[in-house]
Formats: sequence, structure tokens, C-alpha cells
Amino acid sequence: MPYPFGLRRFHFGKGSRQWGGPRKTAVLRRFESYSPHSSPPATRRSYPSIGGSLWLKTFTLSHFFYKLKLGFTSQGGFVSQLPLLPVRAPNLTMQCAQIQINYYYVGLWTGHDFHSQFPSFATCSKELKECSGHVFVDSVPEFCLPETELIDLSTVDVILISNYHCMMALPYITEHTGFTGTVYATEPTVQIGRLLMEELVNFIERVPKAQSASLWKNKDIQRLLPSPLKDAVEVSTWRRCYTMQEVNSALSKIQLVGYSQKIELFGAVQVTPLSSGYALGSSNWIIQSHYEKVSYVSGSSLLTTHPQPMDQASLKNSDVLVLTGLTQIPTANPDGMVGEFCSNLALTVRNGGNVLVPCYPSGVIYDLLECLYQYIDSAGLSNIPFYFISPVANSSLEFSQIFAEWLCHNKQTKVYLPEPPFPHAELIQTNKLKHYPSLHGDFSSDFRQPCVVFTGHPSLRFGDVVHFMELWGKSSLNTVIFTEPDFSYLEALAPYQPLAMKCIYCPIDTRLNFIQVSKLLKEVQPLHVVCPEQYTQPPPAQSHRMDLMIDCQPPAMSYRRAEVLALPFKRRYEKIEIMPELADSLVPMEIKPGISLATVSAVLHTKDNKHVLQPPPRPTQPTGGKKRKRASDDIPDCKVLKPLLSGSIPVEQFVQALEKHGFSDIKVEDTAKGHIVLLQEAETLIQIEEDSTHIICDNDEMLRVRLRDLVLKFLQKF
Amino acid sequence: MDPECSQLLPALCSVLADPRQPVADDTCLEKLLDWFKTITEAGSSLLLLQENPCLLGLLCHVLKPQDLSPRVLAFSLRLAGMLAAQEDCFQYLQGELLPRLFGEAGPLGGAAWTAPSVRSGWIQGLRSLARHPSALCFLADCGAVDTIFSLQGDSSLFVASAAGQLLVHILGLSLQGAAEGHPGLQTGDWPVCAQKIVSHIEESLRSAATPQITQALNVLTTTFGHCHNPWTQVLWVRLSPLVACLLEKDPVPAAHSLVDLLLSVARSSVLSSSSCGLWETLAQTLSHLSPTQAGPLALGILKLQECPQALRAQAFAVLLQPLTCVLEATAQAPGLLDSLDGTGGASVTVDTLLPSKAACVGLLCRTLAHLELLQPLPQRPSPWPQAPLLGATVTILRLCSGLATPTSDAGGHLCAFLVGCVRVQRAALDFLGTLSQGTGPRELVTRVFAVLLEYLTSPDSSPTVLKKAFQATFRWLQSSPETPGCSDLDPHAQLFLRELLPVLPKRLCSPCWEVRDSGLEFLTQMIGHWGGQAGFRRALLASEVPELTEQLLRDPESYVRASAVAAMGQLSSQGLRVTPASPEHPGGRQKSLLAELLRILSTDSEGFPRRAVMHVFTQWLRDGHADVAGDTERFVARVLQVASQDLDWEVRAQGLELALVFLEQTLGRPSSHCPYAVTPPVAAPPSPLAQALRPLCRVQLFEFAFRALFDCDRPVAQKSCDLLLFLRAQTASYSGPQGSGSVPEVASVEAALQRWQAGDQGQPLGYLEPEVVVAVLRSMDLEGLRGVLAESSDRVEKSPQSLLQDMLATVGALGEDEADCY
Repeated sequence: MPYPFGLRRFHFGKGSRQWGGPRKTAVLRRFESYSPHSSPPATRRSYPSIGGSLWLKTFTLSHFFYKLKLGFTSQGGFVSQLPLLPVRAPNLTMQCAQIQINYYYVGLWTGHDFHSQFPSFATCSKELKECSGHVFVDSVPEFCLPETELIDLSTVDVILISNYHCMMALPYITEHTGFTGTVYATEPTVQIGRLLMEELVNFIERVPKAQSASLWKNKDIQRLLPSPLKDAVEVSTWRRCYTMQEVNSALSKIQLVGYSQKIELFGAVQVTPLSSGYALGSSNWIIQSHYEKVSYVSGSSLLTTHPQPMDQASLKNSDVLVLTGLTQIPTANPDGMVGEFCSNLALTVRNGGNVLVPCYPSGVIYDLLECLYQYIDSAGLSNIPFYFISPVANSSLEFSQIFAEWLCHNKQTKVYLPEPPFPHAELIQTNKLKHYPSLHGDFSSDFRQPCVVFTGHPSLRFGDVVHFMELWGKSSLNTVIFTEPDFSYLEALAPYQPLAMKCIYCPIDTRLNFIQVSKLLKEVQPLHVVCPEQYTQPPPAQSHRMDLMIDCQPPAMSYRRAEVLALPFKRRYEKIEIMPELADSLVPMEIKPGISLATVSAVLHTKDNKHVLQPPPRPTQPTGGKKRKRASDDIPDCKVLKPLLSGSIPVEQFVQALEKHGFSDIKVEDTAKGHIVLLQEAETLIQIEEDSTHIICDNDEMLRVRLRDLVLKFLQKF
Repeated sequence: MDPECSQLLPALCSVLADPRQPVADDTCLEKLLDWFKTITEAGSSLLLLQENPCLLGLLCHVLKPQDLSPRVLAFSLRLAGMLAAQEDCFQYLQGELLPRLFGEAGPLGGAAWTAPSVRSGWIQGLRSLARHPSALCFLADCGAVDTIFSLQGDSSLFVASAAGQLLVHILGLSLQGAAEGHPGLQTGDWPVCAQKIVSHIEESLRSAATPQITQALNVLTTTFGHCHNPWTQVLWVRLSPLVACLLEKDPVPAAHSLVDLLLSVARSSVLSSSSCGLWETLAQTLSHLSPTQAGPLALGILKLQECPQALRAQAFAVLLQPLTCVLEATAQAPGLLDSLDGTGGASVTVDTLLPSKAACVGLLCRTLAHLELLQPLPQRPSPWPQAPLLGATVTILRLCSGLATPTSDAGGHLCAFLVGCVRVQRAALDFLGTLSQGTGPRELVTRVFAVLLEYLTSPDSSPTVLKKAFQATFRWLQSSPETPGCSDLDPHAQLFLRELLPVLPKRLCSPCWEVRDSGLEFLTQMIGHWGGQAGFRRALLASEVPELTEQLLRDPESYVRASAVAAMGQLSSQGLRVTPASPEHPGGRQKSLLAELLRILSTDSEGFPRRAVMHVFTQWLRDGHADVAGDTERFVARVLQVASQDLDWEVRAQGLELALVFLEQTLGRPSSHCPYAVTPPVAAPPSPLAQALRPLCRVQLFEFAFRALFDCDRPVAQKSCDLLLFLRAQTASYSGPQGSGSVPEVASVEAALQRWQAGDQGQPLGYLEPEVVVAVLRSMDLEGLRGVLAESSDRVEKSPQSLLQDMLATVGALGEDEADCY
């Protein structure tokens, strides 16, 4: 059975603006054979996206050494973005409007003659299909991978996962790139991420397709294809979906972390996940050393939904805040959209129509079910069944109830009552919400109309949603309501045209909008903000909307795809610990009120980027003086140290002192750094600067010593 | 004073004078002072003191050094002032008591002075006292005026404000005799006290400290606001140069107080009519103040009845500046701009006028509110720039919703400030609604409807904004011209309606109850206004609105149910309710609405829907609705039966309204619209009246009315009393059996009513014959009852005796109450 897929380069949001890269993954790279004396620029090679670097000062190296480089891929997750939209053919007149016509995917033949339209592409005409004036590719679904040309993923040490939507590409990285590092993520991220991948694999594997289209990828052919096929980039790198074995293997490499847990990376930096308020277990990351702090904020929400609220306080005092993953639909207020969703749902059902909601099996669906739980009684919808169909529907609904510690406060307190945190438990109990792994089996017998169906995949290219589009698309009583912001609903619907059912676009994106970003930045006050270039200017389609861009002081540093940025801070200090016995031996002297100094002689020991001052080894006592060694051979540190000097020399008083000591004809000149005192008779110069004083005289050591003593009188010694 | 009170007063005075006794709360002391005020206003204070020496004792006692409550001290000061308001009593107290109470030897220097209540009591005491010339001398002698000066800057705002008012009072009093008859008298010749106050004001106006300037300006504002004697003109002539000097400072200090003063002066009949440079000062002020500060002044000037045209033009230009900016920034046609900013003055840019979001939002909201106030006034500027104002308001609304596409940078900034700003949206929609009173070019009206539709459609409109949008829409539809000849909406409005009606169902399905409620209110208004017009009826019936409205009768939110009841009532009255097509149930659904409303009336747990049902039923009865007209008696009987059981007094009161309508329909409308007017005896034959009363008896209207007469809620009892009085007047000519006791039934009814009055309303009256009703009505003292009910329900508690008893009981000074505690 042919399985036609369309190919679309997916553009985010409305219009053609690609909203940053919402799926970002922070990557830590390891440079194992780095020598402390090698030149840093050697490793500052071209890097995808921004390449902020934390350079650690090192003094000695006893074991192995890491130099850390922080990077953020501009195209982290990709499966969820589905740049390649497989298309199925909806122009078939269904013989029987029943769900049971299992997977009746059919080829698309509209009667158009491709050969006449594209005579030179007769060879690949089998791969291309047309529907309602749009050309699609008939192929097994393929997915665009993250950038791999500019970064060698085998050299990456650590991957930090921000939320479950960001990890959909993980198997490609862990299984096929030689990656040997560690992946950090929270437990809900991993569990729900697994569900999303499982659903995807299930959807794809249910309808196997033997061949994949490749002829159209030939550059000479592609450039002559109609848009958007001709605009698709790097099509040669696109890959088929991974398998469950690869998913399991990838997930086994993840190390679980909890919010605010400090994870030490090679002694060089600490990374800490913080709640980002967007999804269950979603995180922002703090990457900090003792004196520098970088915050990576991606996919955050300040709205009160089911996840734990965003931890803003911990983001304060950041040197740099990397900001990405803002809402893709900044003009759509989630509250208004939920209102639209409910109103349209009620209107359709009251008129006897069915509602289809293409969605992911986790995330916004929890909030939608909660809203509907409160709404159905008021709207007189108590008798309308809600169906949730997904291979992972049951797990998703149950998982959400057990992640109590990752939920918002209200839901957490319910657990102690004890009550299920989400009201969908009650909907299930009262049979208002029913969930099924697929259309087969129980659903066929339980199904009654009018009803509301939540099912995937939101791209409308595979999954059970395809059947419902087929079943309900011909009646204007029915409505399909798009809630996922990741997909252009017009493109998703394209292969189903002409369509009689109503289409409502209510994208619900709870991630930060620009007003919230402004508030957040005012609250957190980072020294510098780094963000994708798209956030620093209004969307091209709404160039007058100055409110749809980041407005902060100093202006945000922006980056483009594959651009390298040096983060605007310098490492100046390194923390060194002093052993207690060494600290005991110090005798501080107060040189100014509140400031004391002490000299210390010690051995600096550095291991794993930790620096410790240890007491110097004791000098071996001469045993009877048989073999005398020069003291300096063994303990070079123990020679008598000259006292340290501090203070400044007041020039006028110094001149007076010189005069008192018989020097005459003294001339003082001001220089950029201090003064020059010229003793013309003695042909001597005394150069006084902030941190040094030079006496230049011509072979008169006596004079030099006299002058030196005079200078020293003005300085403190310790 | 009552003898009972006189007996209680000594005990109370001793309680107040005893620092160990807990003092009654402030409210009691205030009530006590109110009582003394009525006594002193009605009679001689001296006599009061002589008859009740305990009062003098209390006043003397508080002067002793002791740990007395500040409340009692403040009370005593105010009481003393009140008593000394009469000159003879003042003389009586002046010897020692008054100087010790109000002079430096009194609480002024003591620890008690730290309490704001004592300072306030001191001021209020003096304010009461300063009524006669002797008081002025007293004030001068005890140096009170200087203390008042210092109290103007008191930390307590109440004290500071009272001090200012006292100064105004003293100034007025001192000039009352001196300058009254001599308008030409210069300030140099004024009494010492007045001169001192004026000098102080002058000094304050010259001061560099803003608080002092504010104090002086406030005193002057009060003076010119309250006193319109000729001397105020002299005062203004002397002080206006100093006020003008304030304008030279940058920024202008105490701008708000300055605006208040200038407006107060301009409103003064003495000053505005004469030429004392006022208009010049106002013009100067308008040009010196910042746009935010100048707005209220401009509005005040435009509200003045008489004012030079040039100044009005200048004020209007100031008021319109922000809107001019908006038009400029969005590159509107320059023609509009010219007519809007008539003065042609230097145009202000967005950057200077609307520099930040807060400033921009605040100024635009204020400007729109000011213009909204101005629009309906007869003295509003003419010609009124209706078209530019409409254009600017529509532009603001489009900027707020992100629809406008400004081409300039300034417009971009403005857009960023205003997008999604609910405050500005509300203000602009309010003003837009007001602008519907005038006409505008067709193209602009189309834009108005377009922007309104955008707001009504947008999912981002907040519930409050949506409500305003509905209100504005209704006003615009109302003002749209009717098509000549067919009294239908004009084609444009009809077109708009066709687009609007599909939006309404979505709003009625909104998860937000406020939205559903506003939608229903709008619908009710629309049906009320255009329910009879064919175009509207067709559009409405073609939509899902009627069906959805009916479903909302069972909404979980009571407000929505109430609005749905009102809307359904209207739909049904206008015959717009969707009837079932099935031939076997003709009109079946129509009846079911009555049943549904009766169900709501008898079972709904909230009062609002039940009240709404009663309103609908009353209206149906009045209009002769088909459901009601079929069997009116049965309908009224059922409604009254349910309403009489209702716990909500408004439902019961509305039941009486319905009863009255039924009464009027049965007996014929009274000649006057006022149901309580005494009607001349109608020379009607006796038997028809008895006949007419019989339906009232059958629906048990009298039982309902008599129960309501003894209702625990006074408004219900009052309404019932009025209804029965009206009925009695109607039946005055009835020549049935006379004398209430002559018929045994009458006696039993009267006995039952007495039991009802006593609170036992268990026993029903049953069916009453018209004769019995008439006899009972005649025997009842309804006028007396109405008199009792007209008095407020707390009249017993308000009596001074009960006040004194309460205060004494609080401290346990009334022995007999002790047993009650157990």
C-alpha cells in the first residue's frame, strides 16, 4: 500500500518567522589533551550557535586536566519540530465512515499529470504527489538531525536536557555519533520523554513503508521543485525514525537529577537544574564556577499551570543569561486561547458535531482536561464522552499523578489529603474521559458520537488522528481544534483539502512572552543577556510591534545560526583553599583599617581543577654536618624573605625630606603614571609610580642606598 | 433633655472621668456629641450646664493631671467648644475653664498632645467655639492661631486638614463684621487676626518648601470655595501676584493644589466676574504645567459657565494634546489634526508627552475620561471635533489590540506601550460609547463598527473590556439612523449585526462567567430595542443564540442564570423563542418556559435568578404575555404562593409589585400613575366591585399582602402597606357590610392577623370573601402602620436614653443588667 508523505520545511508560528530555536540543549565539551600552556585560540574554533567559554586558570597539573567549553546547539530537538512532514492522502472518498477500516492509507492520485508539469523529473515523479495545488513527497517519514558538521559530538562531555520536548533527538546523538559523555535530566523529563518517543516509534512502526524517497533530494532536481520543497535545507542528512532499542539505549545513558541539586563537573564548574515552570520536570540550568555564573533559560513559564513554578530567585546575580525557548505565538494569550478552545468545543458538540484535538500525549493536554473538567458542567456537556487515544495514554495519565514533588503547590497539597492531583482521575472514574491505546479493540465498541477526541500526532501526518480526519473531515458539523504551537495548522491540513469540517486554531503556548521576559529580566538583572537574533527585532510580518522583542539594558547580545559568540566576561580569580594547619601559621598584619595581610609560603597543589595550598615540606635537619648541602638546594622557599612594602610616597614631603638631607636643585616632573624627581646636581632620577619606584643614578651606590633609605621611610613594611 | 437622660448623665460623666473605667468606643462618644449638638442647637447651653452640673464637673475634671484616655479628653474639648458656641455660655466658661482647656496650660503642652485624637478634638472644639467676636479675642489671647499654623503640617492628615479649615473659618469670622460692608477695605485695615493669617499664607507662598506652599494653597482653595463675600476679592488681589510667582518656578510646586485653587477662584461668582487678572493667570498656568497636571485644569476651565473664548480654546487644545500626539504618531490625515488642535500651537511629540508606558497609559486614560465628562455638557467646546475624536479613539483601540500599523518610530513606541493595555481599552471604549451621541462621517462609523467587532471577536479581550465593548456596541447601534419608512436598522448596522450574531454564541459558551453574563445582558438590550424589527428577528432566529440562551438557564453561575432569565423573558415576549416543529406539541415548549421559570423561582438556591424571574413575570403580566393571558388567575396564584415562601425579601417585594399589576388590571388603572394618591370615591355600583375583588380573593392576593404587611423586612412591609392603602382607597365606595366586628369571619381574620403581627404566621387565612377583606381593611390602622414603618428601624436604638444606657452597661454601671450575664 503506498504511503504518501509530503515534504515541508516547517516554519515556526505564524508567518515564516522561526522563533529562535525553542529546543535547546546545553552541551559541555571536553578537551582531554589540553596543555595549560597551549594557546587558547587553538581551541576556539568555529562552533555552532553561540560558543560562550569559561576559561579556567590553572597553575599546576598533577593528574588530568579539563578545559571546559560551554556551547548550546541551535537545533537541539528536532523530531518534535518535524521539519519533514509526511503527508497522507485525504482525497479518497471513504467507502464506509467507520473507524474500523484499519490503516487504510492510500495513494494520492488527483488526476493531475505530473509529467506534463515537471517533464524533466519523470524519474522522480513516483516520489512526488500533488494535492489541491501543493506538491508532496511520498516517502517514509524522515527527520532533520541537529547540526553535526560544526561540532564533533564524540567530544562532548555532558548534555543537559531542559524538558521532554528537547530530547527527541537524543537517540541519534547517543547511538550514532560516538558520544561517550553523560546526559543529565530530571525524572519526569526522562519518563515523559520516553512516552513521547515511544508514541512516535509506535506511530511510525505501525505502518511500515518499504521505500524512502531520495531522488528528489538530488540538488539539481530539488532546486527546480516548487516551494517549499526547493527551500528545504540539508535534506541529505535527514534520517528515518529510530527504534525502541535505540530509545532504550539512549535513555539508559541519562543520569537523573533533582531541582537545585549541584552537580560537580570535573571540578571546574557546577551545574544545577532549576524549575522552569513549563512542563513536568522542565529545567533551566545554572552553570557556575566560584566567581562566574551563567544561566541557561529555555522553555520557561510564569503562568500558574500544573508544573512547579519557575525558580527565578536562583537566576539572580548571573554574569550571563542565555535566553531561548520563548513562546512561538507571542500574540496569542494562553488564557484567551483556552477560552476559545472551550467555546468552540461546546458550540460544536451542542450542534451535534464531533471535536478532534490533535495533540501530544503529555503537557498542555493535562491543563486542557482540567479546564474541561471545570467547564463541562457549566456548558451542559456532562454527557459528552471525551476520548484520549494514544499508545501511551494510560501511562501519561498515570505518570502525571505520581510526580507529586514536581507539581505546583496546590497539586502537591492534594496528594497529602490524599487526592489525585489532577482532576482527570475523576473524569476517568466517572467515565467522562476514556483512554485507549489505539483505535483497535475496546474503542470501536465504546465509541459514540458526538464526542471529543484527543489524539496524535499533531502534525496530522501519522497516528490515529489521520483516521479521524478522514472520518469527520467531510462534515461541517465537526471541528478540528489545533492547540499545539509547533505546527502550522494550514500546512498540517494541506493534504486533506478540500475539507468541510471547521478548523479552529487555538495555539496554547505557555512559555514566556516578551512582557514576561521583561519582568523576568528586571527581577533577575543579569549583567548580560544572550539570545537568538529573532528575539531582538519584531517579527517581519508585524514590524510595527515593538512589544514583540526583547527590551533590556544593556541590549541583549544576539546570535545567528552557526555563529560563535565570546561571552562578555573575563575570568579573573580562582578560588584556592588553604589547609587549616597552614592557615594557623599565618600572622596577619593590619595595614589599613579592615585590611590585613600575611605572607604565606606553601605548595600549590592542583587536581581536578581544585587548588589547595599545603604547608611546605619541613626542612630536613642537618645530621651532624657530615654532608653539608647548600640550604637553597633543598628548600628554596625558606630563604629569608625581604619585607614587603606598602603605601604610597607623598611627593611634596619626599622633596622636603631630600632638601633636609642636603639635596638641592630638585626638580619634579609629572608623568602619566606618577612623578619623576630629578636631582640635577647628582644627575640622578627617582621615578615614582603607583606600584614601583626606580632610582637611576650613575654608579654611585652610596647615593642610591641613601636615596633608597629615604624612600623606604615613607613606606610600611611587614 | 428628658428626665430619664438627666438621671443617667451624672453616672456617665463619672464613668468618663474615671481613668480606670474602660471608655466606650469612639462611635458612642460621637453619638453623644451629636446628641449634645441637637440639644445646644435647640436650646440654651448655659441652661444645660446649669441643669446638669455634672457636665461642668467632667470638663473641670479632665484638666487634672491624670492618666485619662485621649478619647475622653478629645470628647471633652469638643463638648466644651460646642457649649461655648453660644456667647453667654462662652462668657460663663471663659473665666478659667476655656483658657485651661485650649490655652498653653491645657493639653497643648502635655503628654496627651501626642495623641492625634486630642489634637483633632482641640481643633474641632475651637472650630465650634469660634462663632462670635468674643471668641476671636479669646483665640488671640491664648495664642491659638500660632498653634493652628503649626498643626497645618501635622503628621495626621485629619488634623492637618482640620487645621486648615479652622484657619479659613477664623478668617471668615474675623472679616464677617469688619469688611462685610466695605468692599473697598484694603487688607491693611483688616482685623489683626485676619492680617496674621494672611501674612502667614503669604509667607508660606514665598517659602521654598512645597508642603508649606501646599498648605497655603489648600487654605485659599477652601476660602474661595466656601466664601463668596466681597473681601475674598481683596484677598485675591493681594495674593495673586504671589500665586503667579509660583508659576515661574520649574517645576511648578504643588501643582495639583494650585490647579484646585485657580479653579476654586474661577468658580467664585465674586472673582470670576471681575477683572483681577484671573484669566491671564489661568492661561499662564495652562502653558506652564505639565500635560498630566494641566489636564484637570483644562477640564475645569471648560466646565466653567463663563470664560473667555481664547482661554477655552487653549484649555481644549491642552486637553486634546495626547490625542493629537496619537494621531500624529500614526500619521493620520493632517486635516484631522488641524481641526483637532485648533490653536495651532507648537505640536508636542510623543517622546515628550508620552515618554514611558506608565505616563502614556495614565495620561491617555485621564484624557479620555475628561473628554467623556465634557461631551454631554452644554458648555462643551463648539464646534465639537467629533470626527477627529472618533478617529483618535479608534486608533487608540487599534493600537491597544495590535491592529494598527504605525509607520513612524513614535508610533512604534506608542504601539509597544499600548498593546494589550486593559486600562486604556476600557477608557477608550467608554469614550467611544459616549461619542455615539454625535454623528460622524460614514467611513469613520464603519471603522468604529470594525474595531468594535474586532474587540468582540478577539479571544484576548478581557471580560471587563468585552463588557465595555458590548456597551459601546449597543450605544452605536442605538444611534445608527433608522431606514426611513420601515423603522428598521440601517443597512450598515444590519451588516454589522450579521457579523456580530455569529460571535455571540461563542461568547455565550465562554468558560468565563463574566463574558457569558455580559453577552446575555447585551442580548437582552438588543431584543428590547429591536425585537420588533424584521431584519433583526430574521438574523437572530437564524443564529444559535436563542437556543444557547435557554441552555444558560441552568448555568452554574447565578448571575448568568439571572441574565439568562431576563433574556429568555425578552425573547419569549417578542415571540423569538424557537418553537418545536413537531405538530403534536403546538406551543409545548412555550409552556415549558413558564414551567422552567417557575422551577427556578421555587428551587434556585441563589436570589438573583429568582428576582429575575419575578421581574420577567411582572413584565409578562403587564404586557399580557400569551402564556399568562391564558389563565392569569392561575398564574398569579402560583407565583404569589411561591414568592411568599421566598427567603429573599426582594423576591417578596417583587411579588407585591406583581400583585399590584394584577390589582390594577382587575380593578382598572388608577387615574394617577402614583398608586398611593388618594382617589376620589368612585360612584360605582357596589356589586361590580365585589365582583372585581373576587379574583383577587381567588388568587389569595390578600393573604400574600397581609403576610407581607408583617414581614420582618421593612421594605416589604412598606410596600404591602402602600398596596393595601391603595386597595382601601379603591374600595372606599363599597357599600357592603359596615363595621368590622359585625361579621364573625372578620373577627377571626383580625385575630389571625394579630397573631401574625406577634410573629406567629403559621396559620393560613384561607379563602376570604370580598366583604370580609373590605371590612378588615377598614378596621386596620394602615396609616399608623405606615408611619411606624417610615421611621428607620434603628429609631429605638438611636434614642439618647438607649445610648446612655448602652454606654453605662458597657462598663457595668447599670446594676440590673448584671443578672442577664448569666
